[in-house]
Amino acid sequence: MPDVLALVQAAADTAAASGYGRFPGPGARVAVWIAAQVHLMFAAFVLGVPMFAVITELIGIVGKDTKYDKLSKEFTRLLVFAYSATALWGAVLVFFLTTLYPQFWNHMARIFGPSMWLYVGLFFVESFTLYLYYYGWERWNAGRAKWGHWGLGIMLNVWGTIVMFIANGWLTYMMSPPEGVTVAGLPEGMTTWNAIANATWIPINIHRMIANAVFGGAIVAAYAAYRFLAAKTDEERAHYDWMGYVGNFIAISTFIVLPFAGYYLGREIYEYNQQMGITMMGGFMSWLWIVQAVLIGVLFLAANYYLWLGMGRIPGAERFTPYTKWMLLVLIIGWIVWATPHTMIASREELMAMGGSHHPFLNVLGVMSAKNTAVNIMILTTFLSFLLYRRANKRPTVSWAKAGTMVQAAMFVLSTGVVIFYGIYGYFVAALVRIGFSVYQVGAVLACIIGVTVIDIALVRGAESRGAIQWGRMPERAQYALFVLAVTFTWLMGLMGFARSGIRQHWHVWEVMQDTSEFAATPALGYAANVISVCVLIFLGLVAFIFWLGGLAESAMAKSVAGPTAPIPATAGGE
Amino acid sequence: MPKLREILGHPFWQAVALLVAAYLLFKWGIAVLPPLVGFPSAPVPQSVVLQYMLTALVGILIYVSYNEARWRRFKEPINATLVDANKRWLRATLLVLVPALVGFVAYDQSRPKVSAPLQLRSIHPAPPGQITVRGRTIRLAGLENPLRSRGTIEEHSREGRRVYYQNCLPCHGDLLDGKGHFAHGFSPTPLAFDDAGTIAQLTESFVFWRIAKGGPGLPREGAPWNSAMPAWEDFLTEDEIWSVIIFLYEQSGWEPRRWEVEERAEGAGHE
Repeated sequence: MPDVLALVQAAADTAAASGYGRFPGPGARVAVWIAAQVHLMFAAFVLGVPMFAVITELIGIVGKDTKYDKLSKEFTRLLVFAYSATALWGAVLVFFLTTLYPQFWNHMARIFGPSMWLYVGLFFVESFTLYLYYYGWERWNAGRAKWGHWGLGIMLNVWGTIVMFIANGWLTYMMSPPEGVTVAGLPEGMTTWNAIANATWIPINIHRMIANAVFGGAIVAAYAAYRFLAAKTDEERAHYDWMGYVGNFIAISTFIVLPFAGYYLGREIYEYNQQMGITMMGGFMSWLWIVQAVLIGVLFLAANYYLWLGMGRIPGAERFTPYTKWMLLVLIIGWIVWATPHTMIASREELMAMGGSHHPFLNVLGVMSAKNTAVNIMILTTFLSFLLYRRANKRPTVSWAKAGTMVQAAMFVLSTGVVIFYGIYGYFVAALVRIGFSVYQVGAVLACIIGVTVIDIALVRGAESRGAIQWGRMPERAQYALFVLAVTFTWLMGLMGFARSGIRQHWHVWEVMQDTSEFAATPALGYAANVISVCVLIFLGLVAFIFWLGGLAESAMAKSVAGPTAPIPATAGGE
Repeated sequence: MPKLREILGHPFWQAVALLVAAYLLFKWGIAVLPPLVGFPSAPVPQSVVLQYMLTALVGILIYVSYNEARWRRFKEPINATLVDANKRWLRATLLVLVPALVGFVAYDQSRPKVSAPLQLRSIHPAPPGQITVRGRTIRLAGLENPLRSRGTIEEHSREGRRVYYQNCLPCHGDLLDGKGHFAHGFSPTPLAFDDAGTIAQLTESFVFWRIAKGGPGLPREGAPWNSAMPAWEDFLTEDEIWSVIIFLYEQSGWEPRRWEVEERAEGAGHE
């Protein structure tokens, strides 16, 4: 014990002298990095899950279907556990920042002090709203009280979103501080609000809101997969099969719009400072985009694979089977194009044979025109998979069914044509014009998704069923596809978060406060990937524990229902 | 013949055939086929072949397993090899061959070689916010080529041609394709300006920075040893550098990348 105290004292002394504290073992930077990353992963989860908890609860209320209500409550049970973990890691992060980076934290506190107080106040409100929402579930489960309960869910989302926006203000300030800020603080006439509403604040807010829903859906789907594999009865398997489908549906349908939000963020970063933009897209962070392309390819394939396997349990889906292999081929080609590096890793002999580090034929796949085209076509293909899945067991009865389907097909053809046309045309125009083409490509894809969905909703209204979906009759390997989704999303989040944060290089606050610690150099990609993988392992380990707790709480509840004398084990947030 | 048809109709052998076809396409097809229809090509580096093959493998595994009946048939020969009594010799052979193959690959990857190790290279390292050229500080953000608002493009291009042929030709070549007569002595080879991925992607200020500071001025991420180009600020004037930039764009036909926000240009330039 005296040794530990001596270590803490030594750390405090060092901090006072140099502005930086020392952390035994991996060092201060890794300590803060892990605390921030794991906190962020939990925060994304606790902000994402309430979004669809309230949506599924609403579907349950309006459709008078208790299945949705049960699903919503199950989401929220995970939330109660995850919320504590978020707060704990947040506390670890703040303690690490105050002891290891005191001068930096002092600077941040000087600028953002009032927003930090507001943050803590909202945190309280959010916590109590969550507890009311969860523990009041059975009490307010009918009539107007149920609507009041749903209102609590809405408020939970509102508080959580404001809390996230405040924290986003701090981190985006570090990337894009307003002009005139110095180490001493804000210039005359500038307020905390100006520092919060900086150049990258809105793009990050949008990107994170969508990404949280994606992440929450993926983690819930992984939970359902775990429960499916552990299920002992057909009824349980059916329920968790359905839950896995809903989680996957939410994750992928929100994921489809995420690249557009990411593109907006990247553009804003580039506009704020070209050096940061080039470091991110063309400099040493550019290899992360190849890794990202590989991982997003994995996501697209895993999601489609899950849907195609799921069609095995839908009567009538067999009529779409012949098309599946062609959709797979399109996805694979899209993946290859997206992940083809522009500058290739090659030996000296290979470089000589190519005449440089760009391949004379494959180099056309290395630029944004090809990559935007590939990703948009992958998005369209994934949307088509969803559409076929949805239509599998339905026989439309409306008189215009055939014409409607043809219009839908024409929309797909047209938007694919627009995407390919601008993809090819992009090679023949200046870079600035080419950047604008991505807007047309995205517009065509979004218009197709919206148009086809609107037609489809009207088209299958009152449709005859070809047979009920046989929930629970899903191969086990489909559940592993859901695990792949969750792990890949988590890893991607860490890697791309590093890209966003790492482009500040040796600045705590870009061109305002320099990092003069021994860890000022931006870490190499391999090192960063290792640290991020450790974060992913810590997060997934804790999530596995939470999943187990979720099952434990449920079995305790089942026992208490079965016999009033049975003892109820106490669990964190238990029932 | 029916036997062959039966084999080709089996998912396991289909998967094997697809893998082999994919390897042939990536390893040799990409190098050989495009030139037949007039597109230049070259052998694909091993790292990219490996990446493509992993992609193909994932696709093939999805293909054989997304349909329950096909998945069961795909596993039949694997199960038979692992379990059937009459496959004992095949089993024993694989038991020796597979670890031997893995061992050989591990040995081949780790044995000392004469060639330099492969490395990731940043082709477009981020420029600094400002640079000092011959004692003058120049802000790069928003910086435009000053010669474009002075004299005529033909005049500057002619001057740029002179500078290029006196200084750049030996490495970057007569056709701006990076194949000058010294080019074969460098690794990495000099940039090809006719490539859609080099100056076509860059602002003129970026090209100015690269020419003025050369290999010695590359930031850490670019690593100075990744370019043998001299710092041309020691040999050329600012105007000569700007004129050679105009020549590069005029001759290659590319448009320089423009700045997105016009107002940024106001504060930019020499200080």
